[in-house]
Amino acid sequence: MTAYLLRRFVSLSLSLVAASLVIFLVMEVVPGDPASFMMGINADPEAVAALRLQMGLDEPLPLRYLGWVAGLLQGDFGVSYTYRVPVSELISERVMISLPLTLYALALSTLIAFPAGIIAAARRNSAADLSVMGATQLGVAIPNFWFAMILVLIFAVNLRWVSAGGFPGWDAGFVPALKALTLPAIALALPQASILARVMRSSLIDTLDEDFMRTARAKGLSRGQALWRHALRNALIPVLTIIGLQFSFLLAGGIIIENVFYLPGLGRLVFQAITQRDLIVVRSVVILLVFAVIVVTFLVDLAYAAADPRLRRHRR
Amino acid sequence: MTRTSIAAAAVSILALGLAFGPAPALAARTDASIGMQLEPPNLDPTGGAAAAIDEVVYANVFEGLTRFGADGSILPALAESWEISEDGLTYTFKLRSGAKFHDGSAFDAEDVKFSLNRARADDSTNAQKALFADIASVEVVDPATVKVTLSKPNGSFLFNMAWGDAVIVAPETAADNAAKPVGTGPFAFGEWVKGDRVDLVRNPDYWGEPVKLEKVTFKFISDPTAAFAAMMAGDLDAYPAFPAPENLTQFEADPRFAVIIGSSEGETILAMNNKKPPLDDIRVRQAITHAIDRQAIIDGALFGYGTPIGTHFAPHNPAYVDLTAQSAYDPEKSKALLAEAGVSDLTLSLKLPPPSYARRGGEIIAAQLREVGINTEITNVEWAQWLEDVFKGKNFDLTVISHTEPMDIGIYARDDYYFQYADPDFKKIMDDLANATDPAKRTELMQAAQKKIADDYVNAYLFQLPRTGVTNVKLKGLWPNSPTQANDMTGVYWEE
Repeated sequence: MTAYLLRRFVSLSLSLVAASLVIFLVMEVVPGDPASFMMGINADPEAVAALRLQMGLDEPLPLRYLGWVAGLLQGDFGVSYTYRVPVSELISERVMISLPLTLYALALSTLIAFPAGIIAAARRNSAADLSVMGATQLGVAIPNFWFAMILVLIFAVNLRWVSAGGFPGWDAGFVPALKALTLPAIALALPQASILARVMRSSLIDTLDEDFMRTARAKGLSRGQALWRHALRNALIPVLTIIGLQFSFLLAGGIIIENVFYLPGLGRLVFQAITQRDLIVVRSVVILLVFAVIVVTFLVDLAYAAADPRLRRHRR
Repeated sequence: MTRTSIAAAAVSILALGLAFGPAPALAARTDASIGMQLEPPNLDPTGGAAAAIDEVVYANVFEGLTRFGADGSILPALAESWEISEDGLTYTFKLRSGAKFHDGSAFDAEDVKFSLNRARADDSTNAQKALFADIASVEVVDPATVKVTLSKPNGSFLFNMAWGDAVIVAPETAADNAAKPVGTGPFAFGEWVKGDRVDLVRNPDYWGEPVKLEKVTFKFISDPTAAFAAMMAGDLDAYPAFPAPENLTQFEADPRFAVIIGSSEGETILAMNNKKPPLDDIRVRQAITHAIDRQAIIDGALFGYGTPIGTHFAPHNPAYVDLTAQSAYDPEKSKALLAEAGVSDLTLSLKLPPPSYARRGGEIIAAQLREVGINTEITNVEWAQWLEDVFKGKNFDLTVISHTEPMDIGIYARDDYYFQYADPDFKKIMDDLANATDPAKRTELMQAAQKKIADDYVNAYLFQLPRTGVTNVKLKGLWPNSPTQANDMTGVYWEE
């Protein structure tokens, strides 16, 4: 297990170095100067030059790259060009929205998908199965931003139960904050739940056809007992893979939903930073997301091992 | 976990999130939520050009010596009154007594001296540094009197001092204004939840008439659909520059809302690269202006809101001259001019920045140019790209853009400005204008300048960008027009 962890750690570090280089260079290639963006088209050229100097934009390229990486290693993400506050501060504020939203959506998605998938698999071709399959087909097909707008129209504009968007901040209390995240979480969770339920169903059906399931039934277990004690655990591996992918997708890809609900999350921070050429922010957030995705993949690998003892032995 | 308990958990999470009733209605409201499209990058109007900065802090948090009124007139602010010397070189400002900064320190002549000197210093990052270029010295006469000496007479000096970039800041707090602005205005900075909102609270120690609102929240909602939903759901009380004109009729039909159509300082132009052949030929530029049907663009891109202009000047300005007839829609004349210039089979690049007036308007312009035989290659660009490629690199033939600073006809006198005009005669007019202090003479010169650029067909002048706002019908006192980039909340109140 230790050798395995070490190998994973080395590949993780190499991926991060490669990613940092690509991110840095891509941002340099994109045309646009943050200083002239901030000063506008009526600005005095002298003042723009003074600002460039202040931002350190005139330093040579390799020096800026090394400066950035050295800062990252010490946990210093630099200072945002436009907001003029430490990037780490900006990111931590945004993570406090994006991460809870991701977990909320993932929890909803799992809580909907597991029962739906299990019922559908256990009662294959029944009315329950058909309705789960039909509903999930629809769930996969509906774009989540459209679904989000419909939710806003129903619950915010017509019923006035919740705000149409925005985030009051965790300081405002747990309940108002959770309330603000509910519609976005539902909008994010629906398509994910549909995918997950379908994966759960097909994976479980495959497992139910295995020989050991027949043995379990022959031992005298009922269908339900066999499914619950033997099939479910074995069917989990593909489901865990999907959950891991969904976590990364939701964390990094919530940008459209964040725009519909004008939530100040990570996705919107990146979007805004790109248009304003706040390169420091873009780089730092992207590298952080890369890091998060790599870590989640790693955790999912560990979860496989927990779900399937054979994998543990193999790797030892 | 059993099947039922999983299902029960799912249901209870959903219920927890959704089953809160609507917020109780307040009796007499003293707060207002104002929607804005862009979030300011920082809150220091003396260190950045973003319009969003002034839209939050101008007149609310920060004040200058003078200020703009709702109609664009120049009013006293921190300067109670002033005297101008005979030669127009010395301005003696009598300052407001009893004014205090939000941190409790008193406002006096030293603060004025500090602010003006800071803005004109060599390392200044003030985007409008040119406003202060004529200042030779700033002298403190006594704590309530400041004498500003100019190097040459400047008829627009009081106007310049009204800009957001010329507000008075305190030396102790100036460096932190970007994140925590400290001014002298009727509202003090409350909180900034980045990406979401800025809260301002009433300043109890304000020197002037206290404001009626206790709290103002500026919320940043850039997506037009989200902005629509936020107004409809009652999350916002007003959206002074509403981004989607196509929704305005829906608001007009709803008794809860009032739609305000005002004008802005945004002269929207089809800018032409005056040095790039064949656009260096005045006949080609004139041909382009005659090919354009302004009303069709206003109807198509702005749903009918907008005033046609024939020169680079705001129609609500008293000195405005209507020159639209000189470049009236006349495709036949346009074709004749092109033939005379010997230009055929012309293809021009047309670069369009993101605002909808440019993207939608650009498509219509392209179609109109095709009618007279000019082909265009449209490229959609982001702002940062536009600044780099068009503005700095001058790598374009045509572009659509709105110049939103007040009284910015002076850009035509700049060397190396992106449309590359810089005509010596025009520069002469601008120099004379800078030296003139007599109002009649100034008006005459401003009109001469307007005519000069229209006669030279520097750019095709399209329309004055409207300011289309939506407010709760009971919220009163918002500015209908925007003589400068601002959301002045000082006169805003709720009607009973």
